[in-house]
Amino acid sequence: MSPETRRVEMTLETKIESMDLGEEVARRVAATAGFDEDERHKICMAVRECLINALQHGNRYDPRKPIGVTFTLLPDRLMVQVRDQGPGFDLAGIPDPLSDEHLLKSSGRGLFLVRCFMDELMVESGRNGGAVVTMIKRYSSNHRGAGESEAEKEKQR
Amino acid sequence: MSVKINKREVGGVTVVDLSGRLTLGDASAQLRETLRELLNQGQKKIVLNLGQVGYIDSSGLGELVSGFTTVKNQGGQLKLANLTQKVNDLLTITKLYTVFEVHNDETAAVQSFS
Ligand SMILES: Nc1ncnc2c1ncn2[C@@H]1O[C@H](COP(=O)(O)OP(=O)(O)O)[C@@H](O)[C@H]1O
Ligand SMILES: [Mg+2]
Repeated sequence: MSPETRRVEMTLETKIESMDLGEEVARRVAATAGFDEDERHKICMAVRECLINALQHGNRYDPRKPIGVTFTLLPDRLMVQVRDQGPGFDLAGIPDPLSDEHLLKSSGRGLFLVRCFMDELMVESGRNGGAVVTMIKRYSSNHRGAGESEAEKEKQR
Repeated sequence: MSVKINKREVGGVTVVDLSGRLTLGDASAQLRETLRELLNQGQKKIVLNLGQVGYIDSSGLGELVSGFTTVKNQGGQLKLANLTQKVNDLLTITKLYTVFEVHNDETAAVQSFS
């Protein structure tokens, strides 16, 4: 791992209270990374939606199954990974919540919001099964640059 | 952390004030219960005052949509008023702005029923 990489790793219990906790940590990490209030809000919502999915669709409320979350601050972006122990899934099969057919449904908007709020969304299967959902948020041009190392800043001078 | 719900009667219309976060769990359940009660009492003109709600997740959005549909199916109307910028943006990107009748303030929402 390069010296400018910083990482926060945590394990959440599969219960509703964990959603607020995970979101709170996301808020702090996003602040440390230098995102502004608007971007922090978007990151928090995206992380929350993935945690809810891990709870509901992945671990299906089974308290014996943990939810893993990793925040990685890279030089140019924040990467968040959420891992569960469920059946896994494929983004290609997710319907469009904006279509007439789905607009009045009471569910199906979570991943759509993640896509709106983050720059990238990927889903893979974990080594021992389960879904690994990866979200990327790049630092914007007016970013405070907390993800940069001193050496990096030196180079830019 | 969660949501606070208060009901008021304004000229034959029930105004439901929500404050806090409308999210998965208690908050969504509380809203569902409040709407159910109102319908049971025959109150079918409902305005949700979202002026103090700065955060709604997909579960809260789902609850708003099913509330809207339930009220409509019983011959009533559920309207929204006083949206914060964040909630306004959320309804816009999810196209739910085209589903709900949204008013700038409570007075306009209440008057729209007459
Ligand atoms: N972690 C997960 N494990 C398994 N399936 C998932 C997971 N996350 C999402 N899904 C699938 O993707 C669908 C869409 O998710 P989402 O957009 O959040 O809507 P919702 O959760 O309201 O159904 C879910 O209904 C589910 O089938
Ligand atoms: Mg979801």
